[in-house]
Amino acid sequence: MERSRNDLWVGLFVLIGAAALVFLALQSANLLSFSLQPTYRVVAKFDNIGGLKRQAAVKSAGVVVGRVESIAFDDKSYQAKVTLALENQYAFPKDSSLKILTSGLLGEQYIGIEAGADEKLMAAGDTITTTQSAVVLENLIGQFLYNKAADGGASGNAAKGTAPKK
Amino acid sequence: MNWLNPAVLGFAVRRKLADLGHGARLFWRLCALFMASMRRFGLVRDQIHFLGNYSLAIIGVSGLFVGFVLGLQGYYTLQRYGSSEALGLLVALSLVRELGPVVTALLFAGRAGTSLTAEIGLMKAGEQLSAMEMMAVDPVRRILAPRFWAGIIAMPLLAAVFSAVGILGGWAVGVLLIGVDPGAFWGQMQAGVDVWRDVGNGVVKSLVFGVTVTFIALLQGYEASPTPEGVSRATTRTVVVASLSVLALDFILTAMMFSI
Repeated sequence: MERSRNDLWVGLFVLIGAAALVFLALQSANLLSFSLQPTYRVVAKFDNIGGLKRQAAVKSAGVVVGRVESIAFDDKSYQAKVTLALENQYAFPKDSSLKILTSGLLGEQYIGIEAGADEKLMAAGDTITTTQSAVVLENLIGQFLYNKAADGGASGNAAKGTAPKK
Repeated sequence: MNWLNPAVLGFAVRRKLADLGHGARLFWRLCALFMASMRRFGLVRDQIHFLGNYSLAIIGVSGLFVGFVLGLQGYYTLQRYGSSEALGLLVALSLVRELGPVVTALLFAGRAGTSLTAEIGLMKAGEQLSAMEMMAVDPVRRILAPRFWAGIIAMPLLAAVFSAVGILGGWAVGVLLIGVDPGAFWGQMQAGVDVWRDVGNGVVKSLVFGVTVTFIALLQGYEASPTPEGVSRATTRTVVVASLSVLALDFILTAMMFSI
């Protein structure tokens, strides 16, 4: 093998390229936080999952304890059937409840687990039914307007009712 | 209306079909020569040096400026919605998924593809390729295949350099110049960019573009008519055809990769 000068420069080029790939994988995509912990599956039924997606985080007290594995629709109960993969190292009481929460105003949706008080622990294949749906903005606004109208009507009546007494 | 004449039309269609078939055959031969090229890696190495190392400067500088611009434009748009912390995510996703592979392929076609076409076209015009055939040296094996595989090796590395330098450029403008919180910049990026779905698909894209651009450059050079005008026309065609193919392929690849 002659021409060792080229060898050096090509080696440098490949090294720079590989360094760029490693930078992309580690610094921008965070390969290391990719969890390879063994997991167990739990099914949860929600009335409305809002914008929850596969691979969304499952958090308890803000710590990621698992991921959403799949989302399906159950046409028997007309609910969303969400399969969660929880890490084996974390155990939760059987009566723990789930909530769909949003990180920040426009952030991603994730599932929050609130631990219950049962002595028995959740096992693989369990179904959780004590769940709280995602907050849907339209329903919230509708409810707000409805309450506002009810308040307005009540105070109007009250004003009318009290007027003749004076 | 000469071209409506069935004989003329049929001849044109037949010639186009023959060109296509010849191109496909050459492509297949180049793919089949992978092992042969790797066995004489010295030839491939010299071509990586020529195609990769010499393109590094233009790729790096372009990536830096694209990153600067993304940082500025992204910040001005995102701050309207009060989410300028997502700047890192925006810069990283747009670079890794789209701009890195595509802009690198366009620059690669301009910087390396043209020189491949001109080199091979001139070899053909100077009857060097014929002379090699006379000496029982296969020009496809000795000249084209090492260049083809060197292009395929160099292109993903160049695209990765482009994306990485671009992210650093976006960081420089966003964090150092404008003052976006660095923790949020990197944190949102790491939360939103997936290694396989985003970075991996970007690498696949740049591989496909490397094959496309290098093959088109080689084919145009190999098929150039052996005159000065022929070589110049082939060089122009390399840039036009390679750029259009890259953009069209990008649409198809994006539709396939990110549709779900």
